[in-house]
Amino acid sequence: MEAVVFLFSLLDCCALIFLSVYFVITLSDLECDYINARSCCSKLNTWVIPELVGHTIVTVLMLVSLHWFIFLLNLPVATWNIYRFIMVPSGNMGVFDPTEIHNRGQLKSHMKEAMIKLGFYLLCFFMYLYSMILALIND
Amino acid sequence: MSAPAGSPHPAAGARMPPKLGGAVSGLAPPQQNGPAQSPMQVPSGYGLPHQNYMVPSGHYSQGPGKMTSLPLDSQCDSYYSRPYTVPTQNSGTPSSANQPGAQQMYGRGPSAPHMGGSTPGSFQGVPASASHSYSSASQPYSSLGNRYSSPTTYSANASVASQGYPSTCSHYPISTVSNVVYPNVSYPSLPASEPYGQMFTSQSAPPPARPVKESYSGPSTALTYPSRPPPPPSQHQQQQQQSHSGYSSLPWSGPALPPAQDSLIRNQMGSLATANSHPTNNENVQPPKSSSVVSTVLPGPSSTRMPPAPSHPVGPVPSAPPPPEQMQTKGVDSSSTTSSASPLPNSYDALEGGSYPDMHSSSASSPVPDHALEPNPTLAQALSAAPTPPAAQPAKVAKPFGYGYPALQPAYQNAAPPPMPAAHPSGPSYTGYPQHYPGVNQLSSGLGGLSLQSSPQPESLRPVNLTQEKNILPPTPIWAPVPNLSAELSKLNCSPDSFRCTLTSIPQTQALLNKAKLPLGLLLHPFRDLTQLPVITSNTIVRCRSCRTYINPFVSFIDQRRWKCNLCYRVNDVPEEFLYNPLTRSYGEPHKRPEVQNSTVEFIASSDYMLRPPQPAVYLFVLDVSHNAVEAGYLTVLCQSLLENLDKLPGDSRTRIGFMTFDSTIHFYNLQEGLSQPQMLIVSDIDDVFLPTPDSLLVNLYESKELIKDLLNALPSMFINTRETHSALGPALQAAFKLMSPTGGRVSVFQTQLPSLGAGLLQSREDPNQRSSTKVVHHLGPATDFYKKLALDCSGQQTAVDLFLLSSQYSDLASLACMSKYSAGCIFYYPSFHSTHNPSQAEKLQKDLKRYLTRKIGFEAVMRIRCTKGLSMHTFHGNFFVRSTDLLSLANINPDAGFAVQLSIEESLTDTALVCFQTALLYTSSKGERRIRVHTLCLPVVSSLADVYAGVDVQAAVCLLANMAVDRSVSSSLSDARDALVNAVVDPLSAYSSAVASVPRSTLTAPSSLKLLPLYVLALLKQKAFRTGTSTRLDDRVYAMCQMKSQPLVHLMKMIHPNLYRIDRLTDEGAIHVNDRVVPQPPLQKLSAEKLTREGAFLMDCGSVFYIWVGKGCDSNFIENVLGYPDFASIPQKMTHLPELDTLPSERTRSFVTWLRDSRPLSPVLHLVKDESPAKTDFFQHLLEDRTEAALSYYEFLIHIQQQVCK
Repeated sequence: MEAVVFLFSLLDCCALIFLSVYFVITLSDLECDYINARSCCSKLNTWVIPELVGHTIVTVLMLVSLHWFIFLLNLPVATWNIYRFIMVPSGNMGVFDPTEIHNRGQLKSHMKEAMIKLGFYLLCFFMYLYSMILALIND
Repeated sequence: MSAPAGSPHPAAGARMPPKLGGAVSGLAPPQQNGPAQSPMQVPSGYGLPHQNYMVPSGHYSQGPGKMTSLPLDSQCDSYYSRPYTVPTQNSGTPSSANQPGAQQMYGRGPSAPHMGGSTPGSFQGVPASASHSYSSASQPYSSLGNRYSSPTTYSANASVASQGYPSTCSHYPISTVSNVVYPNVSYPSLPASEPYGQMFTSQSAPPPARPVKESYSGPSTALTYPSRPPPPPSQHQQQQQQSHSGYSSLPWSGPALPPAQDSLIRNQMGSLATANSHPTNNENVQPPKSSSVVSTVLPGPSSTRMPPAPSHPVGPVPSAPPPPEQMQTKGVDSSSTTSSASPLPNSYDALEGGSYPDMHSSSASSPVPDHALEPNPTLAQALSAAPTPPAAQPAKVAKPFGYGYPALQPAYQNAAPPPMPAAHPSGPSYTGYPQHYPGVNQLSSGLGGLSLQSSPQPESLRPVNLTQEKNILPPTPIWAPVPNLSAELSKLNCSPDSFRCTLTSIPQTQALLNKAKLPLGLLLHPFRDLTQLPVITSNTIVRCRSCRTYINPFVSFIDQRRWKCNLCYRVNDVPEEFLYNPLTRSYGEPHKRPEVQNSTVEFIASSDYMLRPPQPAVYLFVLDVSHNAVEAGYLTVLCQSLLENLDKLPGDSRTRIGFMTFDSTIHFYNLQEGLSQPQMLIVSDIDDVFLPTPDSLLVNLYESKELIKDLLNALPSMFINTRETHSALGPALQAAFKLMSPTGGRVSVFQTQLPSLGAGLLQSREDPNQRSSTKVVHHLGPATDFYKKLALDCSGQQTAVDLFLLSSQYSDLASLACMSKYSAGCIFYYPSFHSTHNPSQAEKLQKDLKRYLTRKIGFEAVMRIRCTKGLSMHTFHGNFFVRSTDLLSLANINPDAGFAVQLSIEESLTDTALVCFQTALLYTSSKGERRIRVHTLCLPVVSSLADVYAGVDVQAAVCLLANMAVDRSVSSSLSDARDALVNAVVDPLSAYSSAVASVPRSTLTAPSSLKLLPLYVLALLKQKAFRTGTSTRLDDRVYAMCQMKSQPLVHLMKMIHPNLYRIDRLTDEGAIHVNDRVVPQPPLQKLSAEKLTREGAFLMDCGSVFYIWVGKGCDSNFIENVLGYPDFASIPQKMTHLPELDTLPSERTRSFVTWLRDSRPLSPVLHLVKDESPAKTDFFQHLLEDRTEAALSYYEFLIHIQQQVCK
């Protein structure tokens, strides 16, 4: 059972890693002017909810399976994801808004955020991997 | 033969993507040169049968695939690097030509031309191949020393190809004429000047260049000036020598002199080949022709410069050199068609139909600059004085090209003296020399002054004790501070009306900027109406190859052949064409070209700058006809204005116009030519809107004019009995978008209520009880993203949406405004509009419409702002969509739009003394021309905090602060924004008093340059946009915010801080004269009730509205002679006009009011406010220095600041 939980988390985490890499790549494309803001933002906005859901599932799963440490580790990131999603002003087109992304250094902060998340997911990945192997051995 | 040549063009046209949007650039147009250049081809095509054109077009077929160009923004592709290589490489390949073999040979070896070129048999083959041989022969030089311009060769061919046959054919007669001029005279002159350039740089350039570099104003300017003066005189000598020696040694090897040793042999062969072709037939004289555009222009001056040349052994050519005068005429004639740059202020004016109330640049040819209108005294002075040669020159010399020869020569003689030796047409050049040297001396003495300029302005740093200074506001209007630059540079610098920076001295590092606590940013008014604008038609628009900066007055010329970009410091080649100056008609003086003499220029862009053929002017009117709208009666005003201005709508014969109306359904109007009356088509399916007859809804204005007039006459009464109260704005906009998307253009939306049906419907969000809340103001942002998305869609299809909101109730402007904000439209708001109950609003609408309908307009525009390496832009303000980091996408541009940009200093600027900013606005004029308007601003870099404070432009800073505060209130909250504004005063003042001034901390001290900052910020806090505690309707507040974001500085400043004048005692003292009228100039009064006296009458200029306040005890003389009433009591409550009385006071008052009115685009409405009338609150709320129930007085505000500073 334990192993199944971590296997699922591992796969989910892989997906999240790919997603963050995609975010980083798309944002840097925008930085280099390879794509325009409109298409960049619509691309990214479609993946905001999947990311949020994917991460929340793992967090909840950890809570349910009573892995307190991992749950607490994930909680801030999950909270931030949800907060960011809820706080989007009503007139904006999503977390990434093409009309504002070039203003006030938003692009840079989005980039930074994507990088931090990438690091975090990588950390999680190895943690889940370790836990899974440990669980398999214990079985 | 003709088929292959024709094919690339249409094919490419078809392939051009339909829209400009999108970061991925479309296919490049096939030819390098657009229609604008076609006249240049005329002479070069001379004497050639069509078939010749094919071959060049063969080069082009390669173009489309390779070249990707976004207008303005292709950073990496240099469009003229290709012209250099592509044509010459491909010259051998076109297989369509009838002598492929010969051409191949030409392409490879210079010896081949001998044979090929000398076979005169067929017209088709020989000229074509000859031109190839030439270009291939010239290739070495272009890499080495640019002997013959391969770019010009290319461009000549190119635009011929683009022109199509019929037109080129028609030019033949003209061109054969100039043919005579050419081969013998101009040909030698080109190469002759070339060696000179090389020798000059090695000999005389270094000495002047080095030392000056150390002088204050820094390398970019210092280099250009010192290096400029020497050329003229020495060039002459050199040229003379060269041409002599060249000729005597070897008839046609003049070109192959010193510098090109490597290619000597090849060159000789090449030129021999060309020489060979001479004798055969006059029409075969290809080679010189392919040196072409430049040389056709050249003959006049260059030939006269070198009298010996014609007499040299050029025997083979049958048509002997004509006498100099004759040649000149021809040169002039040909340059009237081929000119590569022309100062055409008049034609521009005529073309665009704009009015230009303000003048800026000195270069062009107007003999009488209008000083009275020039707000910047120093600039005006510079213009009138123009003491130093280089800048003075173009002003004098520039005559429109159309002038005949007789008119030209006197002009030359007048202008020629010291500064421009080369242009002296009749002067045997020897006699000219002595005159030239003084010119050099003058310049070097000018240089001496240049380094002395560096002392700081003491006045702007004088400490001012704010709390003790009673009259902080100066009695005269405040001009923009002049950057502390050398006289030379300031004269060339961009007008502060178009381009202003908050700090006229840029701090060296971000740390220093942070220490100064001042905002750094630019305020732009790029499309301002100008009285004078040098318009340049040029084959190659010279730009930096790496950063794509346009050449500007602040670049430095390293030598004649190279210039150094002032933004990225890359060294670029000067194209051959650029060496010829069409203004002075001299050669070899790239620093005297109009581009380098004016910081505001306009280029006619070639097809490189188009992704599709220029669009026609398209106007669509979307009108609300619900019950509410009909009740307000705006339709009458609108239709009347449209009928009056229908002929004045900017556009050409392709102009299209359309109308839609909507209530709960959408009505289209079929105006197709041929119908007996307009046909109304009703679409009631608002959930899925479709266009009933897509082709006939937007119709040609001229073909369907009668139908349009019928419709406009019928519209106001058509819906008079409507009972429909709903408004389906969203679906109507979707339909408008569908209608406009094939072409792009302008959509004008008239809306009178909250949209209540279909997509984009809005709810009322305003709580009237919260209007005067001091706490939080909600709903400053949009409620839905529908309008934003729509705007972005529109922007992508080059459509701008302009919103006219005429409502008496809350209409959620915050949401509706998005449709204009992001599509580069503009917003007009008329609260409680009613055509009969509120006549002043109706009058305002009428006047605004007049301006709106007739003002200049640019379509499918983009604007790019570049700045010197080390600076970066991070936030933009205005109505547009930021497409990439520095590219603003503007579907429409109008002369009343202003922009602001915030800057940060990313890298330290320690190694440079000057920074430059350049905005380039690429647009399609209403006449279907692609144009680029370029402004360049140059500012000094300083390293000390005191210098930074000395250079603050307080008005620009306040306008930038206003923009930032609007952003802050929308993204955060209004109270945050207000706090930030207060901090924006406190921080710099405390930083100043702690770091710069040695004054006791208890007093509030500001440098003189900043003394108005507290006043202006207080004014901002009392604006409708930011005020709290006073009842303000949400729409009013949002509208004020929109205006702050989109108005140019001049108008915004009047809105923030109105001007108050006392007008009951106007005198002619200090009056100015405008158009034969005497305009009195009363002093500015501070905005406080203490200045109002019951015995006086005061005029307040708030930008969009004038108030005349008449005191109770006002002089009866004034009331009688100016207002036309016997006494105070009989003055009506609502008076919006000054009667035209035949008395002196009345005349003075009216001329003053008219003068104020003329200074702005939207004519303000005048309100007469009687003391003790209810309307006086409107007037008194603008008295910013006074205390109100909700806000501090100026003095209290100062005390508040002082407490904060001393904390």
